[in-house]
Amino acid sequence: MTKLNREGLAQLREQARAGWQQRWHGKQAQIIIGMGTCGIAAGARKAWDAFADELKKNNLTEVRIEQTGCMGLCYSEPTVEVRVPDMPPIIYGKVDAEVARRIVRKHIVGKLLINDHIYDRPALDAFGKQG
Amino acid sequence: MAFKHYVMVCGGEGCESKHALAVHDALLKEVREQGVENEVQVLKTGGFGFCGDCPAVQVLPDQTLYVGVQPGDAAAIVTQHLKQGRPVARLVFDAAKNAKMFPADVPVGHQKQLRIVLRNCGVIDPEKIGDYLARDGYAALEKALFKMKPEDVIEELKKAGLRGRGGGGYPTWQKWLFTKKVASEQKYIICNADEGDPGAYMDRSTLEGDPHSILEAMTIAGYTVGASQGYIYIRAEYPLAISRLNLAIAQARELGLLGKGILGSGFDFDIELRLGAGAFVCGEETALITSIEGNRGMPSPRPPYPAVRGLWEKPTVINNVETWAAIPVILLKGGEWFGKIGTATSKGTKVFALTGKVNNCGLIEVPMGITLREIIYEIGGGMLKGKAFKAVQTGGPSGGVITQDYLDMPIDYEALAQLGSIMGSGGMIVMDEDDCMVDVSKFYLDFTVDESCGKCAPCRIGGRTLYNLVDKISKGKGSLNDIEQIRDIGLAMRKASLCGLGQTAPNPAISTLKYFEAEYLAHINDKKCPAGKCRDLLTFFILPEKCIGCTLCARRCPVNCIAGERRAVHTIDAAKCIKCGECYQVCKFGAVERT
Repeated sequence: MTKLNREGLAQLREQARAGWQQRWHGKQAQIIIGMGTCGIAAGARKAWDAFADELKKNNLTEVRIEQTGCMGLCYSEPTVEVRVPDMPPIIYGKVDAEVARRIVRKHIVGKLLINDHIYDRPALDAFGKQG
Repeated sequence: MAFKHYVMVCGGEGCESKHALAVHDALLKEVREQGVENEVQVLKTGGFGFCGDCPAVQVLPDQTLYVGVQPGDAAAIVTQHLKQGRPVARLVFDAAKNAKMFPADVPVGHQKQLRIVLRNCGVIDPEKIGDYLARDGYAALEKALFKMKPEDVIEELKKAGLRGRGGGGYPTWQKWLFTKKVASEQKYIICNADEGDPGAYMDRSTLEGDPHSILEAMTIAGYTVGASQGYIYIRAEYPLAISRLNLAIAQARELGLLGKGILGSGFDFDIELRLGAGAFVCGEETALITSIEGNRGMPSPRPPYPAVRGLWEKPTVINNVETWAAIPVILLKGGEWFGKIGTATSKGTKVFALTGKVNNCGLIEVPMGITLREIIYEIGGGMLKGKAFKAVQTGGPSGGVITQDYLDMPIDYEALAQLGSIMGSGGMIVMDEDDCMVDVSKFYLDFTVDESCGKCAPCRIGGRTLYNLVDKISKGKGSLNDIEQIRDIGLAMRKASLCGLGQTAPNPAISTLKYFEAEYLAHINDKKCPAGKCRDLLTFFILPEKCIGCTLCARRCPVNCIAGERRAVHTIDAAKCIKCGECYQVCKFGAVERT
């Protein structure tokens, strides 16, 4: 790729914002898994595999799985944010493979939330104007 | 079809005892009776951390938070809120209470956290530069390069009042200004990511969650002071952070956000990683610098400070990860904005790794000036298993303890120093009645003895002697004279050690002595450990009136020192007992006693 100048950066940022907007507020459901060292140590990769497998079984190929860093909820790792269009975004904690499968079946397919695994978002996003 | 409302009842540790379940059941019953069960889902959550005001109930999607809800309130919530759309005002949590801690343009919620350093952690994909760009990434760099003179950047940092987050608390703008003023062909920028305090992981999480923010800030510093090369000194035991940083550097180079003529400005800057082998002393800036140069990591006396003569004898700006991560926000939002957060002397937010005996341990970012009570009982969700709070240890091996009496004191650099602790890099370990202060002091001394580089005698010999004294006390062999010696040696180490490691190594011992002298005396005079932690002073025995002869303890005992027939009273052979406490833990009848 060529080196950016200011215009190039502005263009790239616009594209990135559009992509972000689409991902966060678009028509696709999204599963965002906390993949810091802490999350991975607690089993985030196993949760990831279970999500991927269960999505496949339910033929939900349009649902995206994304990774992010530490959400800060160390006591409830692995943590996962689930964003389904027309539903409030939810943070689930202590998501093992079994819970991951339940999230796909019950939350993403059934539009119902799951008992005992919902946690509070640690802080409101102070810099989220674009997304 | 998705439901119209989701009603979430806090089901955290603390709440179970305070009828959260009854509230849940009452809401469920009302929802059914009022015929909205196809529109409303009632749930138990994993916990909200509102244990002072519990049970808390949150209604989504409108995010109304109710606190102190009683089962009798269920009818009103269902009728008024869920059916008619009018929240029950008398129960709604008043978020305005938190507003004074936040700048006006920041959304105020029920949480007391404000994420500036951690703004992108847990939000973006750290491996996609596009995610960072979408959230104003590299906009601060562009602003600095094209709209600000180097002096303006320093002025903005000065207005912000940002102080070093590695623990020292030195004003960042001054460091930068010193380096800027020195005339030199080559200058360097360093990110200190040698995080070593036991129980601290703020820097690792920041690097793993938002690596580009560090690169951007270091590049801004390069432009400001006139440096073209930066180094991130990070310990090799952070492999994920290293791989994400390497990826971020490659992405930034590819786009020309690092390298020659950044964004067509004619300013060159590049960054490389230097891996440390995990020596604690290398977090000290002079030791870190000599380690980058390829030497054994040992500190040297200051002055000269690195700002004037640092890496390869050139002027060097060295800041900690958390300090760097705040800088792009300061340039974009303005120093004044940042300066509105916090206390008179300590501005902005601080990231803490909240660990130990709290329900919700985690990585938190709070405005300076928040109290320990708010951190432990609101954000932290209270003490684990409802045990009594004893102390908080801040600042790791260089810090000290803070007791019950100071729970309501606003936290900033000065306040913590006054109490004999330090802000440190942000480790915050909560301790309860089962933690022994002599043991805590021994733990940290063991750590600093291990990590002392050995260059100067006060640290090398003093630290070892302190450890031996505390160890002796923990084994019931101490004398009153030992306490005086600890204080004397501690004072000498503070005054005579070469670097911060030795100067602060006595802090945990001095601080626990200051606030918990009685515990030391119990070990010395009564040969007892009040918290039941110091093994050498413990005896385990079985109460004959309570033992039913279930044999569980005997089966679990790793050294087979418990004897007794089934349904007959068991006995522990004190001579063979290794005091592991397994029998004490497993007995279901409270028959094992320890003194």
